Amino acid sequence: MNTAVLPVRIRLLPTSPAARLLPSEPLNHDAHRAVYGDLPRKGGAEVIAVADHAGLCGQGGAAFPTHRKMTAVREAAYRTRRRPVVVANGSEGEPASAKDKALLSLAPHLVLDGIALAAAAVGAEQAFLAVEAGHGLGRYLTDANRRRRTQSAVVVRVVEVPSRFLSGQESALTSYLDGGRAKPRFQARPVFENGVGGCPTLVLNVETLAHLALIARHGPAWYRSGTAGSLFTVRYADSTPTVVEAPPTSPLQEVVGGPAGQAMLVGGYHGTWLPGESVARSSPATLGVPLGAGLLAVLPHDRCGLVETASILRYLALESAGQCGPCLNGLPRMATAFAELARPTPGSDLRRIREDLSRWSGLVTGRGACRHPDGTARLARSALMTFAAEADDHTRGYCRAPNRPPMLPPTAASSAN
Amino acid sequence: MSESPKPVRASVDWTACQGHGGCADLLPELITLDEWGYPIVQERPVPLEAQRRARKAVSECPALALRLKAP
Repeated sequence: MNTAVLPVRIRLLPTSPAARLLPSEPLNHDAHRAVYGDLPRKGGAEVIAVADHAGLCGQGGAAFPTHRKMTAVREAAYRTRRRPVVVANGSEGEPASAKDKALLSLAPHLVLDGIALAAAAVGAEQAFLAVEAGHGLGRYLTDANRRRRTQSAVVVRVVEVPSRFLSGQESALTSYLDGGRAKPRFQARPVFENGVGGCPTLVLNVETLAHLALIARHGPAWYRSGTAGSLFTVRYADSTPTVVEAPPTSPLQEVVGGPAGQAMLVGGYHGTWLPGESVARSSPATLGVPLGAGLLAVLPHDRCGLVETASILRYLALESAGQCGPCLNGLPRMATAFAELARPTPGSDLRRIREDLSRWSGLVTGRGACRHPDGTARLARSALMTFAAEADDHTRGYCRAPNRPPMLPPTAASSAN
Repeated sequence: MSESPKPVRASVDWTACQGHGGCADLLPELITLDEWGYPIVQERPVPLEAQRRARKAVSECPALALRLKAP
């Protein structure tokens, strides 16, 4: 596998290789078994119990307890008498996040182990491993899967999905796997009841599955002990992003490898801006906001948070699936209003802009087929709070970083990322 | 009818709704239109006296976007 497709640095967890997600080099199946040992055989109920006792939650954004998802799919399968399907979600729609791609290229067999366990948990015989197109991961993972020494009861199909923000949204992903478009569907019934092929579908982020593979070997007590790492993507201006594996209870400064800067964007593009000094003594787990897709982007003092947010909001508006009236109408208007805020224009009507943004945020939240507009509104709101002083400065014609392009993707410079 | 009707809530399939606004006309106590013409539906059960009009709004929606479901 050409690791040049992944222009990221990796920071390893300083522990024994068997107790961490990311190895220093990509592991083929033989090397994987040498490090982690063979996957213990576990029955379905045992997998669910172990996920429950470990307190495993989703690592893709919503942080939903994994054992409850498994139970819901298992029960739906019994009720509908349809065999369930597992979907391993490695599509990583967040442009600023690289953790899923890093995991898939370095430790594909941890993810494949996790898929086997998840399939046992719900009684699935079929699984899909969805990965972002354009990085060679499709061929790489199909190959890795084919070369596995141990036969699995579940047939895994690797599928590349379009590089769009919403490709990994649950109903968009299952729609795409069904041969449709990668756009969120209006769900009369949830995906765990009615997903791929109309079957109960268990959708789990690839990192969640890798955690499950480690828990199966080391036990729930190990996972709860606080030494197990989660994956974060740490971003600084003008430097290569770093995928860091660290326990969520580690001091934030250790995780990001430096000070928190002026502010931090936590989670992803549906996440939260937090002022730097308010997070100085926190850990990721105690930030008080969802960790989402694990993005920790540090905004230095010589950059403008309003410029960054305006750029992200423009991206989010363009990434709307365009199916739902409130989202289609509200997001571009919010992006344009924020673009006005991001320009240091003397005498601009800050009160009117804030009122418009607040009204539109309220109108787009909860009125769509998915939570894309809700997340967008949350980002805009947190930016207005965290960068309130900056907004005031802009109305006086002053910006701390005039004419500097945004540091977060997508930008012309980072289009290769 | 001798049996009492089941409680229902109005819900919108946002991927289908085109903002025709007929639902707001029929159910003004429950549905208003936003500045773009899309329905703002109150999160409460349809009152008894509005249930017949609610079923009419469902069948008359040109986009088949309005539904009644359990609260």
